[in-house]
Amino acid sequence: MKLISCRNVSFHYPAQEGQTPGATVLDGINLEIGRGEFVAVLGHNGSGKSTFAKLLNAILIPTKGEVFVDGIDTQQQDKLLEVRRRVGMVFQNPDNQIVATVVEEDVAFALENLGLPTGEIRRRVDDALAAVEMTEYATHPPHRLSGGQKQRVAIAGIIAMRPDCIVLDEPTAMLDPRGRREVMLTLEALNKNHGVSVVLITHYMDEAARAERVVVMDAGKVLLDAPPGEVFSHTQLLTGAGLDVPQAAKLCYELRCAGVNLPGEIIDEDACVHALLQILK
Amino acid sequence: MKLSDITIGQHFPGQSPVHLMDPRAKIVVTGAYIVMLFLAQNLLSLLVGAVFVLITYPASGIALRLILKSLKPVLPIIIFTGILNLFFVSGEPLWEFWRLSITAEGIRLAVHMCLRIVCLIAGSALLTYTTSPIALTDGLEALFSPLKKIKAPVHEIVMIMTITLRFIPTLIEETGKIMSAQKARGADLESGNILQRMRAMLPILIPLFVSAFRRAEELALAMESRCYHGGEGRTRLRVLAFSGVDVWAAVFTIAFVFAVVAINISGPALGIPGTLR
Repeated sequence: MKLISCRNVSFHYPAQEGQTPGATVLDGINLEIGRGEFVAVLGHNGSGKSTFAKLLNAILIPTKGEVFVDGIDTQQQDKLLEVRRRVGMVFQNPDNQIVATVVEEDVAFALENLGLPTGEIRRRVDDALAAVEMTEYATHPPHRLSGGQKQRVAIAGIIAMRPDCIVLDEPTAMLDPRGRREVMLTLEALNKNHGVSVVLITHYMDEAARAERVVVMDAGKVLLDAPPGEVFSHTQLLTGAGLDVPQAAKLCYELRCAGVNLPGEIIDEDACVHALLQILK
Repeated sequence: MKLSDITIGQHFPGQSPVHLMDPRAKIVVTGAYIVMLFLAQNLLSLLVGAVFVLITYPASGIALRLILKSLKPVLPIIIFTGILNLFFVSGEPLWEFWRLSITAEGIRLAVHMCLRIVCLIAGSALLTYTTSPIALTDGLEALFSPLKKIKAPVHEIVMIMTITLRFIPTLIEETGKIMSAQKARGADLESGNILQRMRAMLPILIPLFVSAFRRAEELALAMESRCYHGGEGRTRLRVLAFSGVDVWAAVFTIAFVFAVVAINISGPALGIPGTLR
């Protein structure tokens, strides 16, 4: 059984008073996410990718269809904590998700809510801070940290729950390049060393290119669902969905159109340079 | 004053016996100290209260001149109280001028009242100087938790306090940004009379409120994502525990309360004039 499975999921926001019902945001999504996977979800603004993220830990409940997390239907109100313990969520603005006035207290927040014994909380907080390399800041006030550090604290607050999956809704959108790099490295390390599934909602192509699997969403539907190499070879389809393609992939696409014999799965610069050298030899 | 200079309940970390006290004990001792000040009925017993502060400040490694700093904002109140008591207490006049008169009782009462305010401020300031905001809120929650039995929302109030403390720096930073943004658009915040300046604050307050509401909504989502479901069944990372220091502090405080009460009672017999009554 897959960790998360979405079966024919549709969603529209409830109608406001005196208005027509909200437009359909998600339309018949079928998707499965396995344990230990690193999935990037791409889509332009309004493609429904953030709404999709919120369905994965029962912040929103699908209007049609079901979402199962580890076999639990997210519609079951009494299993809410079970779902949220398994699927953690990190949001875009690091300032708006830190609750406490001290870093380690914030990391402990979820564990305190779950009612774990003090010794266990201490152990997990230390582990989580070590996993995001923020141990030395344990007793600092969060407002003194950089954006990247705050976002790592937020991630630590989630992984302290030992979830099976972390969903991140554009976690790097408000960070500078250095903060983005810190967060991406942290996520990759968590995925490799701790086997945590990562669902990364993003609009940065270079971040998506580092995932194992890329899901492209457009107008509430899954447009593409494949490894990054394959996804980025569909240059026209992506451009049609309002998305950019990594430069290297675009170059290779143009060259292929011009009749140069290049493999279709080149997405980063090194591979591109390598392939071009092969041809020029 | 720069916006970033604003601190609420300034805290000086340290390892002194006072710092090491359990926050619950510190809150109770502060409460007892305030009661002690109000019990004091003559100047000598009030001086005992002043001695309490003069001992506890050095014991916690906090410089005594910080008392002056914490008195600054209440200085007008102290002066006002002093003058009021000096001139408007009836008794044997020592000195008369026009329709004002100063009496011995008036002088005593004025000194008593001023000294009481000074001690009050100094004593409660020491609590925030030596206790981190988080320890303070933990202590308050623990002390007031019996009220949960009568359905008082103790946990919720403490949660609100914690989040407020957490967001004060964030909102101050944001206010600075909005002010810069509005100035860049030509907003004039510094000139004009009070009414004009208050009007000029509107374009700063409105964006600030809008953003605060948006932040609150996101924070609520983030808290729910982290399994927050109220105070029920919640455990804590840090567990409060009393230690030897707290016992000594209790003994010390009780001794002072006794001294104050004893001087109150024996005051008339020793010929110390009472200032109250």
